[in-house]
Amino acid sequence: MAITIEIPSALRLHSRGSAVVTIDTHEQSCDSVGAALGALESQYPGVLDRVMTEEGDLRPHVNIFVDGENSRFANGLSTPIRDPATITILAAISGG
Amino acid sequence: MTFAESLAESRAATHPETKSETKAKAHGDVVLMVGTVKGAFFIWSDAARTSWRIDGPHFPGESVYSLALDQRNGRHRLLAGTRSFHWGSVVRWSDDFGQSWTAPDRQNVKFPAGLGVSLVQVWQILPGRASQPDVIYAGVEPAALFESRDAGETWDMVRGLHDNEDRPKWQPGGGGLCLHTIVIDPNDAGRMAIAVSSGGFYRTDDGGNNWQARNVGVRAEFLPDKYPKFGQCVHKVVNHPARPERLFLQNHWGLYRSDNWGDSWTDIANDVPSDFGFSMQMHPHDPDTVYIVPIESDQFRCVPEAKLRVYRTTDAGASWKPLANGLPQKDAYETILRDALSADSLPSAGIYFGTRSGKLFGSANDGENWSEIAGGLPSIVCVKAAVVGTPIS
Repeated sequence: MAITIEIPSALRLHSRGSAVVTIDTHEQSCDSVGAALGALESQYPGVLDRVMTEEGDLRPHVNIFVDGENSRFANGLSTPIRDPATITILAAISGG
Repeated sequence: MTFAESLAESRAATHPETKSETKAKAHGDVVLMVGTVKGAFFIWSDAARTSWRIDGPHFPGESVYSLALDQRNGRHRLLAGTRSFHWGSVVRWSDDFGQSWTAPDRQNVKFPAGLGVSLVQVWQILPGRASQPDVIYAGVEPAALFESRDAGETWDMVRGLHDNEDRPKWQPGGGGLCLHTIVIDPNDAGRMAIAVSSGGFYRTDDGGNNWQARNVGVRAEFLPDKYPKFGQCVHKVVNHPARPERLFLQNHWGLYRSDNWGDSWTDIANDVPSDFGFSMQMHPHDPDTVYIVPIESDQFRCVPEAKLRVYRTTDAGASWKPLANGLPQKDAYETILRDALSADSLPSAGIYFGTRSGKLFGSANDGENWSEIAGGLPSIVCVKAAVVGTPIS
């Protein structure tokens, strides 16, 4: 089985152009949003630097959806994920 | 053949479409590096400074509070502190005058793990001494000093300042808790100083291991104790390499000079319409000449009387005179922020400033006469002028 992580276009420079990153859960356990991001970091650390602060928090104007549900309104990085699942990283509607 | 010319020729061979772009950047050209809330612009002229060409926006949509051109060690490296509202901040660089920029894979200015703080943005980038040609300093928010020893590619936090006992009591000003000013002694590798809003002015004499507050005589109008050891909201400090111990300071209310590297400060707010302001710029050739743009008050942060006037002292603050020839003198509700006033290093100094409303003004004769260089840029937060081929601007 696999976890699919959708990368926004703004970050594909750091995923070598990949719009989708697949985590093979036979090779790497991914039972939460945080674990999935950890697996993403092992492949594309630059993506994770843009999504998370150096304190390990999700940046305030970034949202992570799990199968369409915003993880901010669940348990954040501790939000459990099923297998298979689709995780979507998106910029929030904010700016100036 | 100069470096710029050889660079242009080599790039033209491999990128013919950029030939005219690069050929324009020759030794002696002037570049105004303009940071705005929506990107950076590089505005070029030859030494006559009568005609300008705007190159940009670079990093569209990102705010750029810090820019520098490092021309030591044979480099012509533009550095930019960019902040994406969503994806964070990073220092990027360009070795071809902005035709291409690095996009570091990792966040290269990063607080050490375990401190409980994360980078907001880079407020200041300053190439260091000529004797340390690969050292560059960066001031950031939350207030900290970073140092690069490889010309801006990797950065480390200066631990001595972070560990200063005063630091936990520093309070954010209106722009955030930022280290926005770095002043170096070109002759003493151990001595440098920084300013924090709102923490005040701090100096090290041992290369950054230990820092001492140097705010004696500087007012903190917004605190019960008007002259505390630290906590002042210093807005900008400048010095001249020919006389580095003499400092000029624009405070959140207050205009000061120190002749002893900040051990004591003297009020020099003589003949100015307001001693509130943000920006301050040293004349490139005269250690007695300084420029400021007074702001009416902290409650109404526009130029006094809606007249856009730069003030200049030529006697180290004993007197100040307005420079307004060519600047709007009616209904000019303009604000000039702390890093938006700059000077080039040509013999007849070019003085430049940008406004929050996106206007860029310049003078090619020490501020005597002004003209508008650009009128429709995004809100300007940073202006840095440099001459191509001049190592220290």
